[in-house]
Amino acid sequence: MPRTLLEPRFQVEHLSILDSEGTLDTALEPKLAPDELRALWRAMLLGRRLDERMVRLQRQGRIGTFAPLKGQEASQIGSVAALRTTDWMVPSFRETAAMIWRGWPIERLLLFFAGYLEGGQPAPAQHDLPVTIPVATQLPHAVGLAYAAQYRGDDAVVMVYFGDGATSEGDFHEALNFAGVWQVPVVFVCQNNQWAISVPLKKQTHSRTLAQKAHAYGVPGLQVDGNDVLAVRVAAGEAVARARAGQGPTLLECITYRLGVHTTADDPTKYRSEEEVAAWERKDPLTRFRAYLEGRGLLEAGLEETLDAEIAEAVRRFEATPPADALAMFDHVYAEPPAHLVAQREELARRLAANPAAPPADSDAVPPDATPMRGQRLTRR
Amino acid sequence: MAVLTYREALNLALREEMRRDPRVFVIGEEVGLYEGAYKVTQGLLKEFGAQRVVDTPIAESGFTGVGIGAAMVGLRPVVEMMTFNFALVAVDQIVNTAAKIHYMSGGQYRVPLVIRGPGGPAAQLGAQHSQSMESYFYHVPGLKVVRPTTPMDAKGLLKAAIRDDNPVIFIESETLYNVKGEVPEDPEFLIPLGRAIVRREGTDVTLVAYMGMMYRAMEVAEELAPEGISIELVDPRTLRPMDAETIIGSVRKTHRAVVVEAGAGFAGMGSEIASFITERAFDDLDAPVERVTGANAPMPYARNLERLKTPSKEKIAAAVRRVCGTNGG
Repeated sequence: MPRTLLEPRFQVEHLSILDSEGTLDTALEPKLAPDELRALWRAMLLGRRLDERMVRLQRQGRIGTFAPLKGQEASQIGSVAALRTTDWMVPSFRETAAMIWRGWPIERLLLFFAGYLEGGQPAPAQHDLPVTIPVATQLPHAVGLAYAAQYRGDDAVVMVYFGDGATSEGDFHEALNFAGVWQVPVVFVCQNNQWAISVPLKKQTHSRTLAQKAHAYGVPGLQVDGNDVLAVRVAAGEAVARARAGQGPTLLECITYRLGVHTTADDPTKYRSEEEVAAWERKDPLTRFRAYLEGRGLLEAGLEETLDAEIAEAVRRFEATPPADALAMFDHVYAEPPAHLVAQREELARRLAANPAAPPADSDAVPPDATPMRGQRLTRR
Repeated sequence: MAVLTYREALNLALREEMRRDPRVFVIGEEVGLYEGAYKVTQGLLKEFGAQRVVDTPIAESGFTGVGIGAAMVGLRPVVEMMTFNFALVAVDQIVNTAAKIHYMSGGQYRVPLVIRGPGGPAAQLGAQHSQSMESYFYHVPGLKVVRPTTPMDAKGLLKAAIRDDNPVIFIESETLYNVKGEVPEDPEFLIPLGRAIVRREGTDVTLVAYMGMMYRAMEVAEELAPEGISIELVDPRTLRPMDAETIIGSVRKTHRAVVVEAGAGFAGMGSEIASFITERAFDDLDAPVERVTGANAPMPYARNLERLKTPSKEKIAAAVRRVCGTNGG
C-alpha cells in the first residue's frame, strides 16, 4: 500500500449573513441587542467619516502620511466588537476604526499621524499595542501576549490585525505555527483587501483562499464576507469564545476591499481599474448595514452631524496642541537616559535656548536653486 | 567566592534570577530537554518546568517576537540564540521593534528582554557561525550590548541585564564557556551595565579589548613587561552604552592607545573607540591610536587560516611597540 490517503482533507467555510444586495440569511442572523447594533453602526460610520476627514487633513498638510481604511469598516468593527476591554488588540497601521472602538481618542490618533510621540501611546490601562508599521512583525508579538496570558493564568484573548500581503511574510508563518503548537488564545484577523499597494492577491499567493493556510498549522481557518458586519461579528465571536475556552487560535480571513489609497503617498489609478473599484463600492459595508438597521427601525436621526461635530472638536483640540517638544527626541530611547543622550539633549537645549525665536533646524528639502555638485546632473524641464 | 566556569556562571545567573522573579523565563531552541546547545540552561527545565523553560520551533524571528510581546506586557524573557549568528533572521524584530517600541509608544511599553547566546570567532565554526555579531547591534539606539569576558562578568552582567528595563543584546563566546574564574556567590552581586573595568594597571599604553582578545592582550602585557612596556588593560564590558570616561581616563594617563577587536575591522568597535579617543583626548596623545582587527574577510573554516584571520599576540605586540616607539627594542 504505497500510496494512502491521509486523513486531513480539509474544507474552507465561507460565512455570509447579510449580502451586498441586502439579502439577510435569517437562520444565521445573530441575536444582537439593539444597543449593540447601534454601537456597531455608530463605530462604522465614525470610522468612515473620520477616515475621509483624515485624508483631507493630509492633503492639506495638517497631518502626515495616513493609511485610510475606507471599505474595511465591517471587518474591523465586526471583529473588534467581539473583544472584552481586558482582551488585547494588536493593530497593524490601518485599524483606525478598531482603535477608536478600543478607546483611542480621535485627537490622539491625529497626534500620532502628525508625529507626536504621545499619539502612539495607549492609555495605561488600555490593553492595546501601538500601531505597527513593519508588515507582519506584530503577529509574533500577539503570540507573546497570548503566551503571557497563559503564563499568568488569566483568560485574556489577543486579536491581531494584518492584511493579505502580510500572509507572505515569514512572521505570519512563524506566528501561526507557534500559536498552533502552543494552543494560545489568539485570533488572527486577516483583512484581505485584495491589494498590497500595487500587488494583487493572485500575485501574492497561489492559494485559493488565505483562510486555508491555517489548516497547515492545525489551526481552524474561516473565510468571511468582510463587508458584512454581522458575519464578521459572528465569526469573531466564535473564534474569541474558542480561544477563551482554551481551544487555541483561529485565522479569520475577511474578504474586503480597500476603496481608497494604500496610503496618502499612493495613487491606485496606476494599477487598478475604475470598474473594479465601482464594483466594490456596490458592496460597501455601510450601505447594506444602514438598510438593515433602517428595516429594523434602529437608525438614529442626525448621527452623521453628531459624529462630524465630534471629529471637528477633536481636530480643533489637536490643532491647538503646541508643537512637539524638541527635547522629547531623547526621552524614551532607553528606560533611563544614558550619559551620551543626556549630553546630546543638553547640547540641543543650549542651541534652542541661544536662539529661541528661530530654532536651528534645517529644512529637509534640497532648495531648488542649490548649486549642483560634482556628480549631480542638473535637470531642467 | 566560588571558582566556576563561564558556563556555570551564566547558568547560576539564570537560576538565581528565575528563583527571584517569577516573571523571568527562558525561551529558545533546545533550551529545555536538551539543556542548550552549549548547556548554559542545564537543569533549568527540571527546576522550573516547561512553561518557564520553553523549547520552540526553529524560528528565531518568531520566538524573538514572542519574547518582545511577552516583555511588553510585563514578563522578563531571556531569549537564547543557539549561536548569535542566528539572530540575523530576527534583526527586524530586534531593531525595528525591541529597540524602538518604548520610544514610539512615548514610553508606554518597555521591553525588558535579554537576547543571549555565543558569537564571535570560535574553533572552526565556519564563516556563517563566527561573526562578531555585536557590530550589527551597537549601532542601534535603544539597544544595550554586552560582551562579558570573565565568569564573574558573565554572572554579574547577565543578572543586571535580566533586571534591566531595556532590550539587552548579551553575546557570549563558545571559546570562553570552559574558562574558569572566581564568581561571587551573593545572589545580589550585579555588575551595572555601562561600566568598563581596568583589568590590569599600566603606565605606558592603554590596550582596549574584550572577550577572547582580552585574554590575548593579557598575555601580551605579561610578555612585554620585561621589555619595560607597562600596559594598562581596559575592558569596556558593555559596548552600548559605552563607558568612554574610563577609557579616556586611562588614555590621559598613558598617552597612547591600541584597540583590539576580533571582528572584521571596518566601521567596527575599534573605529568608534579610536575616534572618541581622538576627539576627546587628542592633546593627551603621544602617538596615533592604533587598531588591531581581524582580516576583512569571512571567517575561513580551515584551522590554520582561521588562526591567521583573528588578531594574533604578535600583531597586538607589534602595534603596542609601534605606539610606544620602541619597535621591538
